[in-house]
Amino acid sequence: MKRSLIATVILIAAFGILTAGTTITIKGSDTLVRLGQRWAEEYMKHDKNVVIQVSGGGSGTGIAALINGTTDICEASRDMKEKEHKLAARNGVEPYRISVALDGIAVFINDVNQVDSLTLEDLKAIYIGDVTNWKELGGPDARIILYGRENNSGTYAFFKEHVMDKMDFAPETQTLPGTAAVVNAVSKDKNGIGYGGIAWGSGVKFVAVAKDSESEYIEPTVETVSNGIYPISRELYWFFNGKPTGDLKNLVNWALSEDGQKIAAGIDYVPLSKEAAEANMVK
Amino acid sequence: MEYNFKPKSKLKEFLGEKFIAVNAYVALIAILLIFIFIFKEAVPIFTDAEIQEEVTLEKMVNKQKYYEGRPAKYSWQPVSEIPKYSLLPLFIGTVKAAIIAMLFATPLAVGAAIYTSEFAPKRLREFIKPIIELLAGIPSVVLGFFALIVLATVIQNLLGLTFRLNALTAGIALGLAVIPIVFTVAEDALSSVPGTLREAAMAVGATPWQVSLTMVLPAAMPGISAGIVLGFGRAIGETMIVLMASGNAAVISWSITDSIRTFSATIAAELAEVVFGSAHYSVLFFIGSLLFVFTFIINLGGDIILSRLKTRLQGRTQ
Repeated sequence: MKRSLIATVILIAAFGILTAGTTITIKGSDTLVRLGQRWAEEYMKHDKNVVIQVSGGGSGTGIAALINGTTDICEASRDMKEKEHKLAARNGVEPYRISVALDGIAVFINDVNQVDSLTLEDLKAIYIGDVTNWKELGGPDARIILYGRENNSGTYAFFKEHVMDKMDFAPETQTLPGTAAVVNAVSKDKNGIGYGGIAWGSGVKFVAVAKDSESEYIEPTVETVSNGIYPISRELYWFFNGKPTGDLKNLVNWALSEDGQKIAAGIDYVPLSKEAAEANMVK
Repeated sequence: MEYNFKPKSKLKEFLGEKFIAVNAYVALIAILLIFIFIFKEAVPIFTDAEIQEEVTLEKMVNKQKYYEGRPAKYSWQPVSEIPKYSLLPLFIGTVKAAIIAMLFATPLAVGAAIYTSEFAPKRLREFIKPIIELLAGIPSVVLGFFALIVLATVIQNLLGLTFRLNALTAGIALGLAVIPIVFTVAEDALSSVPGTLREAAMAVGATPWQVSLTMVLPAAMPGISAGIVLGFGRAIGETMIVLMASGNAAVISWSITDSIRTFSATIAAELAEVVFGSAHYSVLFFIGSLLFVFTFIINLGGDIILSRLKTRLQGRTQ
């Protein structure tokens, strides 16, 4: 009994060692995590020697992991801050940024809410806490319930910088751990409003956003983000420690290729234009 | 088994004793080291000049005027152009959640304990006790999830609340987690009241209800208080339930239907991202030390109450 047990353990270990290839860790943005997982699945079918592990946690988490050396690729829905660049330099990490897809930040409201268009000024006033009732925007007489993301989220940081002009969120903003949670909360709350990547919206209504009261109100769709006319759109990044080589280089070039970008479009992410994708590939 | 006790060598005896003693000290040392590590990471708030530009003890406690032309206020918004680190909203949130949890859990748990130990038929008791203690086995993340998806909707529809995720929902879910703790300790305390006390009361003509209320309950008070204190300590430190069900909004208000943000949820939500060694990092560890100290003081206070009550109720002199 004992001998056969030892033999089994040795066999399993040998099997493990023989089939081990490279492992690539990808950590970071919750906005990007679905895309990362999909790309990982497809790429592993493509290249059997590579095992890719993808997890979320927020852009901030991913960047911290890159700086601490606990991940190969960091997915981020925002750029690195100066503080993070300084810390990276201190740890001997050279962040190398590649833009892999586009994203629009959609504003969600509950299906029963009649309001369907807002300007950027409106959004800012709502989230700062200056506008508190839906009736000021043409909706029902009810308090606006604000939903947002935790402060480790790239979506939070981007929304704050580009929509709120760096002003603070109202303290009543309920913070939730992921865009899926925001969508879930808004779908259950008829006076709720929330924001998140457009790849996640289902069960809620999208609000058409205009740059100001003179401009046109644009719906967040793949086309409007790709053309750059939707006012709240951003690039989604992969950060590496230094220029990627070997398996990492093959992975990112595949993701930027037609196949990779088609997969992204298939799950409601916005692909880069062909020229942009070619330009971003690692030579 | 047959033991053949022969005179042992003095060396073996000595080593044996010391080895067992070391095991006991290891636990003590582990707790001490945990506290030292957590506090060490919070110390830069008091010593490092670069960090003190962003946050000091005063900034964490007092009202701050952040922008010209706007009133001074208490605000927790660490990721911002001007980082804001006021701890007051978090403190109020933590206390609110814990108090609501205790108000909900204590009557239920103590009532259940009195019923199971005093009035329930033996077979029913063997059925109820394990089931309530089963509540303790539910992972807190499951309770949090239940509160988020089911409880929040039920309470919002029942009471017509503005906020779906609020202190009341989180407090009730927290109470569910605290009930088995208070129940177990209270039930043990009630069962261990000596039979002589009950018999004496019955001998002078007290009804079963009078026996329980006037003789058994007071005698078991030290144990029940210990249970309540343990429950409170758990309610203060519980993380997953409040993280999912409280809305995590750092609001200052005493209304139970507003959202709250607790110390534990703040640490859980923000520590993973924070840039190591930054002011935000030190503040989060400072919050951790605060939690450690609070629970320590609560448990110490509980112990003191216990020993005083024991002296009084059981007529002991020490």
